[in-house]
Amino acid sequence: MSAIQITNPISEQELLKLKAGDRVLLSGTIYTARDAAHKRMFETLQKGEELPFDVAGQTIYYVGPTPAKPGAVIGSAGPTTSGRMDKYTPVLLDLGLKGMIGKGYRSEEVIESMKKNKAVYFAAIGGSGALIARTIQSVEVVAYEDLGPEAIYRLTIKNFPAVVIIDSKGNDWYKIGKQQFFEQNHVQGADC
Amino acid sequence: MAVRTIFYEEIVNQVANMCQEANFELGQDVIQAFQAALKKETSETGKDILEQLLLNADIARSERVPMCQDTGVSVFIVEVGQDCHISGGSLYDAINEGVKKGYEEGYLRHSIVDHPITREKSKGYNTPSIIHIELVPGEDLVIHMSAKGGGSENMSALKMLKPADGLDGIKDYILSIVAQAGPNACPPLVVGVGIGGNFERCAYLAKKSLFRPIGHRSERPEIAELEKELMGKINELGIGPQGMGGNTTALDVKIEIEPCHIAALPVAVNLNCHASRHKEVRI
Ligand code: SF4
Repeated sequence: MSAIQITNPISEQELLKLKAGDRVLLSGTIYTARDAAHKRMFETLQKGEELPFDVAGQTIYYVGPTPAKPGAVIGSAGPTTSGRMDKYTPVLLDLGLKGMIGKGYRSEEVIESMKKNKAVYFAAIGGSGALIARTIQSVEVVAYEDLGPEAIYRLTIKNFPAVVIIDSKGNDWYKIGKQQFFEQNHVQGADC
Repeated sequence: MAVRTIFYEEIVNQVANMCQEANFELGQDVIQAFQAALKKETSETGKDILEQLLLNADIARSERVPMCQDTGVSVFIVEVGQDCHISGGSLYDAINEGVKKGYEEGYLRHSIVDHPITREKSKGYNTPSIIHIELVPGEDLVIHMSAKGGGSENMSALKMLKPADGLDGIKDYILSIVAQAGPNACPPLVVGVGIGGNFERCAYLAKKSLFRPIGHRSERPEIAELEKELMGKINELGIGPQGMGGNTTALDVKIEIEPCHIAALPVAVNLNCHASRHKEVRI
């Protein structure tokens, strides 16, 4: 199966075509944010203030890179576990966030909100930060610089490898992929 | 009898070096386990992921960059020979200074908060470390270091089973923890299990088991059998590389046991991701 090329910000039309299990190569512009930045954005919205960048139509990558070596654009930059951002995610989706890149399960609330708001969740390979760093061409601080690796950065990426885990209809590749394994291997699926 | 002297500075430098090597160079045991898994994996996505992980390890080694951005909490098990003397400062300070030096100079990530509730970042770069000391006969100092990632640590668990739950209860519990972890712990995993001891010993045993290289079996025949049996069962869960389906869910299962109270059956499952980063040095 060959990978689908996607340019971010992703168009509505392309987004709706993506299916759970599709392999993609992402290019264009994305934003980083992990635990601390999400917490601040959430609190900002609770106070009725504006976010430091407009999330509408954008993709957020859950990452806290290692410091860049002299001369390098960025250090290792693989995905962190997305579930920790679940609490803060539906409100961002309501504001028009279209894509998320991370690893691991999402909550029912996030999946419901993704269906409602037509968004997509990609997983990058956890623990492949050295490889992913090669696909990052530029890094620019957008907000919360005091958070160091947890600040919000704007990244320009080229051919960043990922897999669609949850598509805009709510299909979940973590369930489907496992099911396909059981069917191919003629064994009964059991979650213990 | 003469007491051997080991100098503070030597410990600092050795630890700094280990921290970097652990993060840049994936052990041969893990590489070989990836290669063996690649031959057996039936899922196309699974194979693709294993290949990318091998490539990632190559890049990390040749460019001397960390294989994963979560360069972890440094966990140490230090065997201190009772006939050696550490001169120039405390062993704990030497290790922490080594970690700080290794992480800062190696451009590794500072991932420690000082206060678990306020989440205030610690002042010492990626310190304090977690240091376990075991006093042993002899005059050597053996330092085992691991860079332990947060994703897999977060999916680890401990339960005080009842003795009546027996072996079946133990197996079910271990499988349920791996199943629950799914993609979150970055499979393929190394599953570390502690059985017995008490509440805190059991967790320590699970962690300690992860310091054994992949493929190394317990010296107790019944435990070695159990390790193999669980490895088979875990790989039938279908979770696969990164939880996207496949038969490579675990690269290995390690079990350590210890005597315990007549009323107790503690079981701890400490998951490690494929970025199973360990180094050892004997001084
Ligand atoms: S669980 Fe391991 S491989 Fe995954 S992000 Fe954390 S340290 Fe890296």
